Amino acid sequence: MAKATTAGPAPQRVSLLRVLGPAHVWALGVGIVLVGEYTGWNFAADKGGALAALIICWVVGLLYTSVAMIDSEVTSTVAAAGGQYAQAKHIVGPLMAFNVALYLVFAYTMLEVSNAILVADTIKSYAGEGFGDWHYRGVIATVIVVLAALNYRGVLMTLNVNFVITAFAYLAIIVLFFSVQPWSQGTVLKLGEMVTPDNALPYGWIGVIAAFHWGIWYYLGIEGTTQAAEEVRSPSRALPYGTMAGMITLLIGASLTWYVCASLLPWQYLGFTYFPLLDAGKVTGSPFLETLMFTATILAGIASANGCINDAARAFFSLGRDRYLPTWFSAVHPKYRTPYRSIVFLVPIALAFAFIANLGQAITFSILSGVLHYTFMSVNIIMFRNKWPLGTIRRGYTHPFHPIPAVVLFILCVVTFFAIFLGYGAQLTAMVIFYIIMSLWFHFYRYQYVRRGDQFTMPWPKPKGY
Amino acid sequence: MWIIIANIGWAVSAALAAWMVYDWFQTDSSYAEETLTSSREGEIEAVQEKHKV
Repeated sequence: MAKATTAGPAPQRVSLLRVLGPAHVWALGVGIVLVGEYTGWNFAADKGGALAALIICWVVGLLYTSVAMIDSEVTSTVAAAGGQYAQAKHIVGPLMAFNVALYLVFAYTMLEVSNAILVADTIKSYAGEGFGDWHYRGVIATVIVVLAALNYRGVLMTLNVNFVITAFAYLAIIVLFFSVQPWSQGTVLKLGEMVTPDNALPYGWIGVIAAFHWGIWYYLGIEGTTQAAEEVRSPSRALPYGTMAGMITLLIGASLTWYVCASLLPWQYLGFTYFPLLDAGKVTGSPFLETLMFTATILAGIASANGCINDAARAFFSLGRDRYLPTWFSAVHPKYRTPYRSIVFLVPIALAFAFIANLGQAITFSILSGVLHYTFMSVNIIMFRNKWPLGTIRRGYTHPFHPIPAVVLFILCVVTFFAIFLGYGAQLTAMVIFYIIMSLWFHFYRYQYVRRGDQFTMPWPKPKGY
Repeated sequence: MWIIIANIGWAVSAALAAWMVYDWFQTDSSYAEETLTSSREGEIEAVQEKHKV
C-alpha cells in the first residue's frame, strides 16, 4: 500500500495583530511618560532647588532625545515585539538580550505599581475620613486589574483609550498654563519671588548632579514605543514618527510644568509634594483648575499604568517565544491576539509590589532598570553602526550626528548612576546583584533550552567582519 | 463617594479577574498548545518589509 505523500495542512499561526498607527505609538509613549509631569520630577527640586529641576529638565531631555533618536533608527529596522530586547539579541547577543528584557519588565512593572499608588494617593487625599486601607487597596486593585483586562481584550482598544486620556491629561497642562496668564508675571505667577539668586541652587552644583535621579522621571518610558513594533501597520514609518512626536510633546509639557509649578510653589514644598500640578491648580484658587488637575492626575496615572502593562507583557512574551523563559509565556490569544498569559501572570506580581512598596521605592526601582537599559542603548547603537554600516540594510530612519548622541547618552547615564548612588546606594547595589545572579542563572542553566538558530530572525546580511 | 467607588472597584476587579482566568482556561482547553505558541518573531517583517537597500 502506497504511503500518502502529501503533507498535512500547516498548523495555523496565531500572531499579534497589526492594527496600530503613529497616533497609537504616540499614545503609548506619551501615555507612559506624562505621569512624570504630574508627580516625580518635582523631587529633583528637593535634591537641588527649583533651578536644578529646570536644568535637569533640559539636560535629561537631551538624554531622552538621544534615546528616542537611537531607538527610532534601530527599531525601524528590528521591528519585533520586545523592542530593545530584540535589538540586543540581534546586535549584542543572548545574555545582553536576557538582561535587557529583565530591565524592561522591571522598569514597566514598577512604573505600573507607582502609577497605581499615585492614583490611590490622589484619591485618598480628597476622600476624607473613613477611607481606610481596604479602600486604598481597592483603588490600587481596580487600576491594575481593570487595565490588565483591557490589555487582555485587545491592543487597539487599549491604545485608543490611552490616546484619549493622555490627550486629556496633556491638554490639562496647556489649559493650566494659559489660565495663569504666563505673559504677565506678577499677576498670578511669581517666579521672581519663588526662585531668587539665593535659593535657586541651595546646594550648589552637587545638588544639580543629585537631581538627575528624579529628573529621569520627566521622560521615563518614552522608549516603550518600541514594544508596539510587531503591532503597528508600518514599523519603519510609525515608530520614528510616534516616538519623535512624543518626545517633542514631552519637552514642551515638561518645560510648561516647571514654569507653572516653580512660579506658584516654594521650592521646599515643590520638592516635597506628591502632586505638584494639582497643588499648582489649588494655589490659583480656581475650583475649575483644581478639579481639572485632580482629574488629569488620575488619568495620567491610569494612562501610564495602561501602557506599562502593554509593554511589560510584550517583553515577557518575547522572552518566552525565544525560550529564554518557558514557551508557555509566548501564547497569543487566538481571538483577541494579545499575549494573554504574560498579561495575567504579571497581575499578581504588580499587586504584591503595590501593596507593600511605597511610591519612592517603586519609582527608584523603575528608574534604576530604565537607566541600565539606556546605558545598553548607547553601546548598542555603536555596535549596530559598526556591524551593519549605512547602506548595508534598509533603515526606516537614520539618526543624525552619530556617534554624538550615543556618547552624550552614555555620559549622562553615568552621571545618573552616581546621582542614584547618592540617594539610593543600597537599592542600586541590590539591583545590580540581582541582575548578576539572573545572568548566571541564564548562562549556566536556562540557555541550554534555547534553540540557538531560531532566535535570530532578521533577514539581514552577515555583519561586517564576520 | 470615594468609599463607595473603592468598594465597587473591588467588586469589578474580582469580576474581571475571574473573567480573565475563566477565559484563559477556556482558551487553553479549546486550542492546541502548538497553535497558541505558534507566533514567530520577524515573520511579518520578512514578508512585508523585506530589507532592500
